[in-house]
Amino acid sequence: MSHYGSTKEPLIRIVKRDGLKSWIGWLIRAGAILAALLICALFVFTITKLNPLEVYESMTKGAFGTTRRMWITFQDTALLLCVALGLAPAFKMKFWNIGAEGQILVGGISTAACMIYLGDVLPLWLTIIIMVVASSLSGALWGLIPALFKSKWGTNETLFTLMMNYIAIQLTAFFVALWENPVGSNTVGVINLRTRGGWLPEIGSNRMVSPYVLPVLIVLGLTVFMFFYLRNSKQGYEISIVGDSENTARYAGMNVKKIVLRTMLLSGGICGLAGFINVAGVGHTISTNVAGGRGFTAIIVAWLAKFNSFVMIFVSLLLIFLEKGASQIASDYGLNNEASEIMKGIILFFVLGSEFFINYRVIFRKNKKEEEPNA
Amino acid sequence: MEQSSAIRLENVTKTFGSVVANKDICLDIRYGEILSLLGENGSGKTTLMNMLSGIYFPDSGTIYANGEEVSIRSPKDAYDLNIGMIHQHFKLVDLFTAAENILLGTHKGKKDNLQTVVTRIREICDEYGFEVDPYQKVYNMSVSQKQTLEIIKVLYHGAEILILDEPTAVLTLQETRRLFHVLRNMKAAGKAIVIITHKLNEVLEISDRVSILRRGEYIDTVETKDATELSLTEMMVGKKVSLDIARPETEKKLPLLELRNLTIKNDEGNLAIKDVNFYIRGGEILGVAGIAGCGQKELCETIAGLRKPERGMMIHQGEDISTMSPKEILNKGISMSFIPEDRLGMGLAPSLSITDNMILKTYSEGHSPFVNRKKGRSEAEAVIQNLGVVTPSTETPVRRLSGGNVQKVLLGREIKSGPNVIITAYPVRGLDINSSYLIYDILNQQKLNGVGVLFIGEDLDVMLSLCDKIMVLCHGEVMGIVNAANTTKEELGLMMTGAINLTKERTTETKKPGIAPDSYIEEGDK
Repeated sequence: MSHYGSTKEPLIRIVKRDGLKSWIGWLIRAGAILAALLICALFVFTITKLNPLEVYESMTKGAFGTTRRMWITFQDTALLLCVALGLAPAFKMKFWNIGAEGQILVGGISTAACMIYLGDVLPLWLTIIIMVVASSLSGALWGLIPALFKSKWGTNETLFTLMMNYIAIQLTAFFVALWENPVGSNTVGVINLRTRGGWLPEIGSNRMVSPYVLPVLIVLGLTVFMFFYLRNSKQGYEISIVGDSENTARYAGMNVKKIVLRTMLLSGGICGLAGFINVAGVGHTISTNVAGGRGFTAIIVAWLAKFNSFVMIFVSLLLIFLEKGASQIASDYGLNNEASEIMKGIILFFVLGSEFFINYRVIFRKNKKEEEPNA
Repeated sequence: MEQSSAIRLENVTKTFGSVVANKDICLDIRYGEILSLLGENGSGKTTLMNMLSGIYFPDSGTIYANGEEVSIRSPKDAYDLNIGMIHQHFKLVDLFTAAENILLGTHKGKKDNLQTVVTRIREICDEYGFEVDPYQKVYNMSVSQKQTLEIIKVLYHGAEILILDEPTAVLTLQETRRLFHVLRNMKAAGKAIVIITHKLNEVLEISDRVSILRRGEYIDTVETKDATELSLTEMMVGKKVSLDIARPETEKKLPLLELRNLTIKNDEGNLAIKDVNFYIRGGEILGVAGIAGCGQKELCETIAGLRKPERGMMIHQGEDISTMSPKEILNKGISMSFIPEDRLGMGLAPSLSITDNMILKTYSEGHSPFVNRKKGRSEAEAVIQNLGVVTPSTETPVRRLSGGNVQKVLLGREIKSGPNVIITAYPVRGLDINSSYLIYDILNQQKLNGVGVLFIGEDLDVMLSLCDKIMVLCHGEVMGIVNAANTTKEELGLMMTGAINLTKERTTETKKPGIAPDSYIEEGDK
C-alpha cells in the first residue's frame, strides 16, 4: 500500500434505503423527537440555567393544564388539521397548492359577510347553511382560478396560488375597512356580540368545553371523509394516478383536466370551510390574521403524514402542542418568544430530518487497517 | 502477445439497499484489446462500469489501475486515471457546437481555446476515422453523430480506457459498422476498450474477450474466438436454452384495424408520421422496424386516441375511430402498451401497488363511488401466477419490481382485458432472454387466438423470426411492408435509413421478391 493517501474511501457515503419495515421508520421518528427534546433541554439549561424537566412540565401545562386549555388546544389542532385535510388531495395529485392562506381568507370574508348581513335576520340554522355554502364556494373559486389557468395556459400553480394569497389579504383589508366597528379602530370587532347571530352553537352545558366542541366535531367528520375519499373512492384513485403519472392517467382514458379542476374545487372548498370555522366558530371576527400562517404550516402536516388523515391528527396536535407550550414557558419563565421559537425549530428540524434517515443510510469510512489486519 | 493490464478489479461488491448489484466481481481490462461485458438486464453491468467512472463507490473490493491500487471517489478521479465513459444518455449541451461542448469540459490551467480545440478534433478524426464537423450545433446532429462527439470528447481529454454503455442500442446496422470500424482503430492505437451490450452477434464480431455477469455475479471470461452465441447465452442465463422463436401458422382473417393516409404531428409540431397506410389482420403479428424516434411513439399514441391525427382515417372493424376518445377506443378492444426508455412512463403508476395498477382501465365500472380492490387483487394474483411475476405481494409498489416483472404486469393486464388488437411497443425492452421468450410466447398465444398484434421492436433478428410481416419506417414514412420470411436484415437496415424505398419502387413496376402483397393497400384490397 505505497499509495495509501490516494486509496482512501470517501469519508461519508449516502446510500438509499429500500423496503424499510414501517415500524423501524416509526422508531427512527420517535428517536428523533427524543433527541430533539434532549438538545432542547441542553439548550434551555445552558442559556437559562433552568431545570429542563420543569420547563417541559410547564409546556405540558400550557397545552393541557386545565380543561379549558386542553379544549382550546384541541380546537386549534382541528383548525390546522382542517386546512391540512384540504391540502392533502391537491398535494397528492402533485398540484402545489401554496394558496391555502388565501382560500381560508376568502372563506372567512364570505362567512363574516353572512354574519353581518344575515345573522340577525334569518334563523340560525339557515344562516349556518348559507355560510357553509358561501365559504366553501368562495374557497373553491379561489382554488379553481389557478387550476383553470394551469390547464388552459400551463401557468405555474406554485407561484399562482402563492400570489392569490396576497390578493386575498388585500381583499380582507378592504372588507375590514368597510365593516370597521367601532369606526376608527381599523378592526371589525366581534360580530353580533350581543345577539350572537350566525355564531356556531355551543354544545353541552360546561362553559369550559361547550364553545369548542362543534369545530372539533366538524373537522373529525372531515377527517374520516377524507381518509376514505383518498383511499377508497374512484375519485381518490384518479387523484393518485394523476399524481403518480399524468401520462398513465391519460392512457387509462382519464380526463386529467377535469380531475385537476375537480380536486382543486374540493381542496379550496375545504380550506374555505376552515375560514368559516375560524370566523363563525372561533374568532367571530374577520381580520387579515384569520389564516395566521396555517395555510403554510398545514403543508408540513399533510406531507409529514403522507396524506393519511388519521396520522395528520397527531402531526397537527404535535405542532399545536409546541406552540401552546412555547407561549406558556415564555410567560412562566420570562423567556422571550424567540427562545420558544428556537425550541419549536429544533423539534421540527429533528422530525423533518429523521425522514432523511428513513430514506437513506449513511456509511462512514471504515478504518481499513483495523478491518483487515493481514492486508 | 500478452497485453498489459489497464484496470483490474478484485472482489468488487456493491449493494443498493437489499439489492446486491455486484458481488465479488473480478475483471481484467487490458490495453490494445476490446473486452465485452455481457449479461442480462439487471446483471450489474452498468453499475460495475459506473464504479470505474466514479459515479458509485464500491462497498468492498479493490481496483488497480496500471498495477497500483487506486480509489475512484469521483468522476474527476476517473478522469485523472484516463478513464472515459460514454453513457447511454448523452451529456451534451444542445445549443453548443461540437467544439464548444468539448471546450466546456476542459479543466482550468489548460490553455485551451476554441481554435486549439478545433485543430485537435480534426487530428483525432484523422487518426481514428471519425467524421465530425466541429462547428455543427449538437441539436442538428443525429444520434450517431452525438455519440461520435461523446467519444471524441473522452479522447480529447486523454482517455486511454474507454467504456461504452450499450452504444449500439440507438444505431442502425450501418452506423454500428462505422462505430466498430473506429473502435478497431482505437484498439490498434493501444487503447483499452470495454463495450457493454446484450447483442450477442455484436459481441462475437467486435470483442477479443468476453466477461459474463449473471445476477450481479461474475461468471467467467472467455476468448471470443472460442465462443458461440449459444455458449454465451447459456453462461448468461445459467441453463440450456433454445434460441428459436416460434412463428405459428394461423388462418388469415379480415383486417381488424386499417390506417389510411394517416398523418400525425409530434409535440414540436413537425410531421412525425407522413401519409401512412397499413392494416393489421386477425391472427398475425405485424412488426414495425425503424430507428428510435422516427414516429413509433406518435403512431402508438394516435391509435390509442391520446393524440389526434392531422389527416387520415383509422378504421377498426368498419368504423372510423380517429376522432374517438381514449376511453371509447379502449372499449372497442384495442389495447396499447408502450414501454418507454424508463419503462414506467406510460401504462403504469409506479408508486401504486400491483392491485391498483390492475384496475387502471376498469376502475370506473359500476355505479358505486368506491373502487373495487377485491377484483383487482384477484386479477393481480392471477397475473402473478400465470406469468410468474416475482413479487413479495400484490400490494408491492410496481416501481419496486425488476424491469421484467414490471413488463409482465403491464402485458398481463392488457391481455386479461381480452383485446382484439394489441399494439405493443418495445415489450422486451431491456428484458433478459428468459423473460423475452415468455413475452414472445404470450404474443404468439394471442395471435393464435385471432388477435391482431402490432409489434414495434428494436431487435431485427427477433422481428425476422417472430413477425409475419414487417413494416419499415424512416422519418415517419413507410419504406415498405415486407414478408418476414423472405427478407434479410441488410434489406431492413437499408430501408430503415431510407436507402431503399419499396413504396417508391413499386410505382416503377419493379416488384422485388419478398414483398408482402399488402405492401400496397390498394392492391391488398382487391
